[in-house]
Amino acid sequence: MAALTRRSYNLVNRISTTHAYTSHLHRSFSTDTTPFTVETSIPFTSHNCEPPSRSVETSAAELMTFFHDMATMRRMEIAADSLYKSKLIRGFCHLYDGQEAVAIGMEAAITKKDSIITAYRDHCIFLSRGGTLVEAFAELMGRKDGCSKGKGGSMHFYKKDSGFYGGHGIVGAQVPLGIGLAFAQKYNKEDHVSFALYGDGAANQGQLFEALNMAALWDLPAILVCENNHYGMGTAEWRAAKSPAYYKRGDYVPGLKVDGMDALAVKQACKFAKEHALKNGPLILEMDTYRYHGHSMSDPGSTYRTRDEISGIRQERDPIERIRKVILAHDIATEKELKDIEKEKRKVVDEAIAKAKESPMPDPSELFTNVYVKGFGVEACGADRKEVKAVLP
Amino acid sequence: MLGFIRQTVCNRGVSVSKSQLRFLVPGGRNYASGAKEMTVRDALNSALDEEMSADSKVFIMGEEVGEYQGAYKITKGLLDKYGPDRVIDTPITEAGFTGIAVGAAYHSLKPVVEFMTFNFSMQAIDHIINSAAKSNYMSAGQISVPIVFRGPNGAAAGVGAQHSQCYAAWFGACPGLKVLAPYSSEDARGLLKAAIRDPDPVVFLENELLYGESFPVSAEVLDSSFCLPIGKAKIEREGKDVTITTFSKMVGFALKAAEILEKEGISAEVINLRSIRPLDRATINSSVRKTNRLVTVEEGFPQHGVGAEICASVVEESFEYLDAPVERIAGADVCMPYAANLERLAVPQIEDIVRAAKRACYRSTSMAATG
Repeated sequence: MAALTRRSYNLVNRISTTHAYTSHLHRSFSTDTTPFTVETSIPFTSHNCEPPSRSVETSAAELMTFFHDMATMRRMEIAADSLYKSKLIRGFCHLYDGQEAVAIGMEAAITKKDSIITAYRDHCIFLSRGGTLVEAFAELMGRKDGCSKGKGGSMHFYKKDSGFYGGHGIVGAQVPLGIGLAFAQKYNKEDHVSFALYGDGAANQGQLFEALNMAALWDLPAILVCENNHYGMGTAEWRAAKSPAYYKRGDYVPGLKVDGMDALAVKQACKFAKEHALKNGPLILEMDTYRYHGHSMSDPGSTYRTRDEISGIRQERDPIERIRKVILAHDIATEKELKDIEKEKRKVVDEAIAKAKESPMPDPSELFTNVYVKGFGVEACGADRKEVKAVLP
Repeated sequence: MLGFIRQTVCNRGVSVSKSQLRFLVPGGRNYASGAKEMTVRDALNSALDEEMSADSKVFIMGEEVGEYQGAYKITKGLLDKYGPDRVIDTPITEAGFTGIAVGAAYHSLKPVVEFMTFNFSMQAIDHIINSAAKSNYMSAGQISVPIVFRGPNGAAAGVGAQHSQCYAAWFGACPGLKVLAPYSSEDARGLLKAAIRDPDPVVFLENELLYGESFPVSAEVLDSSFCLPIGKAKIEREGKDVTITTFSKMVGFALKAAEILEKEGISAEVINLRSIRPLDRATINSSVRKTNRLVTVEEGFPQHGVGAEICASVVEESFEYLDAPVERIAGADVCMPYAANLERLAVPQIEDIVRAAKRACYRSTSMAATG
């Protein structure tokens, strides 16, 4: 009841503000930015540094945003599953459902001038960086209104204007690239950081350690984020890594182990990491997370994991459920309101898919565009060079 | 060292040279009045210096480029001038630092990555191809990569199998890359400056044995705005009986072969490709249409080599003009041996080029070219 009193008091104070006042009580709560703290599910474990506090500052507005955004992401990935099965998406499709808290929590801690780079499980990061559902679905279906004009596909989403550098298909390559982004930020004397995301599978890559060594040597504002979903394709972490304590693998580089299914913990860790990286150089965040789908759409995901494990995690640690509980506990919205939001997201995603389906395939002339920025009028040819030739502008 | 000097009228950007004056000097060297000489090493160093001065986004990264002044002294003096923020010594970790440089290019800096030799680029080849060359295409133009990868390529002297490979054909096959191979100091300056200014990833194949060679450079070449166009070959020597296409160190060999052929009544046209990708098919084909015979020369392995592509291009576009099959001179189809006599057999020599040109010329019957 004390909570209710506090809420009513806030409501009264806000009548004179510019918040839209509707008959739905929860609307004013959901735009309420009054800070309050929530404890993370578990404390942080640290390596070579002092961990941040497990009391995370948040607000009703932020929690509702988390819920909205994660519900959208969840729906998008499930819809992509259906589209793949109906053969509208071809090739590779790596789904992120279960891991949404990492994308959401990270975004809440940073700005669009900070950079993010990830591997091929990139659909949700694209959304959190400001990409639209239509661009995502159109790209997945290879249409010209896709974010890469249909030329990239699932693994190659980018949004450079809001600091999202893809979308990479070669395991581990994105880590040196991400450290390169941090190099540029330092070179330009920006006050920004770069997050290079990689999985437990990529965590053993040599180039990661090569680049991390340089990041530490040169004090680059780079944050390596291991999204540890415990399986590198079909190989469990204990079969691939002598030491699966990925947050410690940086040795002289500090690390933090984070409950990656807790968006607030992720936000706290990323906020801490950004401050650290700007002052002291690189650190590693290990996000303990889980993917419900298999590695990709060609992997059922149940030959190397038990169904009990998967459903157990869904029950105990689902990121959307966690935020739902916090929202309900603080009376920010009712159960029905949250369910209505989820229904609304289903509709929004379906509409985006319908719109994306209307987008045509790219014009055949697009085969020859963007090979170079400056093509010097050079000729490129198709499969039969006597039949198909183009001039590269 | 080259035994002759030639003076060309400045032909900036034009693939067909204007009239050339040639001074044949047995043993000594004539300096045409006012012509300055510059080594390829100094040409590269001055190009780097000028481009770093003109654009603060340009930086150099590689092993020993800074305090050591460059493994081959190409970056000499640049650390002192531009500081450790812009001339960066790396650990011996090609995959790591190449990835870092490509990431920096994603963020709109202009890295010049030095590979101590291109043999070591194989450790980083994923970043050159998958992270750099393909990004502009996969992102439909969002992520461009204005990076230069440079360093010595091909055979040196006695360095053995792992340090002698030529990578022109491999890199030249990849869409999204530009691949340049300078020969003279003018080439080195003009092409490196063009490469650094270019918004796309450029592989810049130098040659260790050419670093110390001097070439005349005009005032125009020495000007800080001097740039050569990418994708245009240069006709180093005009001729009418046989076309010899080549690049890098082999240009010097081809020119010497042309002198020998001249004495035997064969006028050879020597084309310095300068650009492996884009390949200047127009210049090559128009030359072959004039001479009707072609010898391709390269140091690298023969199978799937640059010469193979040039031969295919000429067969496709100028078949009726060929009076003889295309001849290919390339490195031997073996790993580079160490022993000096075997090494000599593994790399093209001037006599190989002469012999191939003669074969191309004596093969046909004396038919007048029909229209």
